[in-house]
Amino acid sequence: MSEPARSRATRPVRGLSDRTIAWLFVAPTIALLLAINIFPLVWMIRLSFTSLNLSMSYLPLRFVGLDNFRDILTDEDVWFRLQTTAQFVIWSVALQVVIGYGLALLINRQFRGHSFWTTIILMPMMLSPAVVGNFWTLLLQPQIGPFNYLISMFTGVPPSSFSMTGQVSLAPWTIVLVDTWMWAPYVMLICLAGLRSIPDYIYEAAEVDRASAWRQFWSITLPMTVPFLMLAVLFRAIENFKMFDMVNLLTSGGPGSTTELVSITLKRAAFEKWRTGYSSALAIILFVTVFGAANIYVKALNKVKQR
Amino acid sequence: MRTFNWLRSSTATMVLGTALLGIFGGGEAAAQGKQLTLCWAAWDPANALVELGKDFTKQSGIEMKYEFVPWTSYADRFLNELNSHGKLCDLIIGDSQWIGGAAENKWYVKLNDFFDKEKISMDDFVPATVVGYSQWPKNSPNYWALPAMADAVGWTYRKDWFSRPEIQSAFKAKYGRDLAPPKTYDELKQIAEFFQGREIDGKKVYGAYIFTERGSEGITMGVTNVLYNYGFAYDNPKKPYQMQGVVNSPEAAKGLEFYKELYKCCTAPGMTNAYMQEGLDAFKSGQVAMQMNWFAFFPGLYKDPNVGGDKIGFFVNPAGPNGHFTQLGGQGISVVATSDRKNDALAYIKWFAQPAVQQKWWQLGGYSALKAVVDAPDFPKSAAFAPQFLESMGIVKDFWAEPSYAQLLLDMQKRVHDYVVADKGTAQQTLDLLVKDWTKVFKEQGKQVASQ
Repeated sequence: MSEPARSRATRPVRGLSDRTIAWLFVAPTIALLLAINIFPLVWMIRLSFTSLNLSMSYLPLRFVGLDNFRDILTDEDVWFRLQTTAQFVIWSVALQVVIGYGLALLINRQFRGHSFWTTIILMPMMLSPAVVGNFWTLLLQPQIGPFNYLISMFTGVPPSSFSMTGQVSLAPWTIVLVDTWMWAPYVMLICLAGLRSIPDYIYEAAEVDRASAWRQFWSITLPMTVPFLMLAVLFRAIENFKMFDMVNLLTSGGPGSTTELVSITLKRAAFEKWRTGYSSALAIILFVTVFGAANIYVKALNKVKQR
Repeated sequence: MRTFNWLRSSTATMVLGTALLGIFGGGEAAAQGKQLTLCWAAWDPANALVELGKDFTKQSGIEMKYEFVPWTSYADRFLNELNSHGKLCDLIIGDSQWIGGAAENKWYVKLNDFFDKEKISMDDFVPATVVGYSQWPKNSPNYWALPAMADAVGWTYRKDWFSRPEIQSAFKAKYGRDLAPPKTYDELKQIAEFFQGREIDGKKVYGAYIFTERGSEGITMGVTNVLYNYGFAYDNPKKPYQMQGVVNSPEAAKGLEFYKELYKCCTAPGMTNAYMQEGLDAFKSGQVAMQMNWFAFFPGLYKDPNVGGDKIGFFVNPAGPNGHFTQLGGQGISVVATSDRKNDALAYIKWFAQPAVQQKWWQLGGYSALKAVVDAPDFPKSAAFAPQFLESMGIVKDFWAEPSYAQLLLDMQKRVHDYVVADKGTAQQTLDLLVKDWTKVFKEQGKQVASQ
């Protein structure tokens, strides 16, 4: 750029410099971020050290130090909810990875009706969790839901003799099943991106070396898609740790507290019991847990990528 | 740079445009006539209230707007609104249990002066509704609402099935007595067992429908109907907040065991998380012989073309070994303290309290709590369920109405659902844990809780 041209480019036009304009564009985002993310976070940290209960806001606000954190960490119920959540996350993510990866391997091949089947497989993840919750509630209804009739066809067990969402032994598996149905396609998409990123010449070289299909899978496909798989695990694990809407609609955390994930406990403490101080502390504990676990995982992911 | 120049002028245009839109948009809203927003639950009586409200608009020129929310999110939605001092509602028909929190937090306008000025006497209303919906502290002359919708738990049954000769004779052969609406819970269980799995008109039917919902208040509003009648009380009447041995008495534990037995023996499959709507569906689809539900739904059920009219009968919540009570439902109407239209809202309450309006309210499908309506000689004959409603309103008991009621309610939801539906622990352990939970809540609230 010539000197006069550059000077025109950086010269303030109608009183505003480029830098100012750039800031003007960024400012609303920063202001929004501060208003809806940072400020509530700081406020929540402050509240977590208080006794605030919004249903009794006429009571004086007391500073209680670490009492809320102590109450939570010594509460057997909270630990039980965390265990329930961990089991849900582990089983649903594991199933989604296996099924999603399998689907990606299938969809990666060209076959008749490829686009049609891809669309069908992707449909569940396009639905809202609220719709999925209601839809499956109907499907799983013991008397009129087709799911029980399907099971009955294969096992001979009378359809109305079991309730997928109402029995302690079945309800946890039901939420895993529904979540897997909804999100395995998402894992499939990520894995598909990984599979398509493997250059063809590697397989051609393997063919020349007369490597079997199995050997090609173990030595080329799987190692080269592991970073994608790990990414999918990270995304799904974080999402499932926060899972609320679908489970709330399917079981409301029941029967009893069998499927009460920690997000449901948090929602009940914050917006039904109105224990604001206590629930702020619980939210911080959960945030630190997820953030810490995700950080460790990302470091491991980076190491895998570097290999 | 051309882009930036273009953006400079466009940004200015957009800012100006938005400002103008704001000014004129606001102006348009301000130009509208007087309007009141009334908040309530989305259910049959709400439709009757909309119909009734047209008369108010005609008389006052004030347009009525309604914010109705499904029962499952009714408490969440409106308590959030009240907590955040929102201005959505000018009038609210709030649940009976909210009255303590609403009064203590000053969410509602205190109505004593208004009642005195307008000569509205609480003596003109059914006593249970005044205590349940209006007073805080309970049994004190401090009024925060006008009783608006009287309600209680009652039962419907398939009168047509009960009257079939073959069913009657089969029942008599088995139990040695006539098949009739039950007076006690033992009788109810027998009848429910009798119908459970029976084939009627080629269809398998079930004994009874009872509340089991986990998320909001369902299972608590169901189980208390049995617990009260077995000897359960919330606290010692002589020592407030003393719950040990009262909430978890052996009699109360027996009541809880009974509710579980009833759930296990005589309900339709899959009723693990069911409340009002599921009950209505079960009854309307001809699935159950008897249904526990709120009286508020009975006008609609009576009109149902498939199960209403001659096919439906009603009975009062049956007695237990230690008493005869039923769960109070219903709500009072209050003026929201943050409303900018308090005078108009009070005008609505004044209008609503009139005997003629209350009479029409009952005729449209609402439940009046005004004595002039319910004590009128022709009232028992005015609807098929009117005698049962009257009797029920004389034996009602309500859940805690403390400011911390939500915590108390959710603790009970969890403990009872854990025992009844999820088979966790024994009835005695459940109630012991409940006492522990409630004691903790009251202590946090600063109440003195005596252990014995």
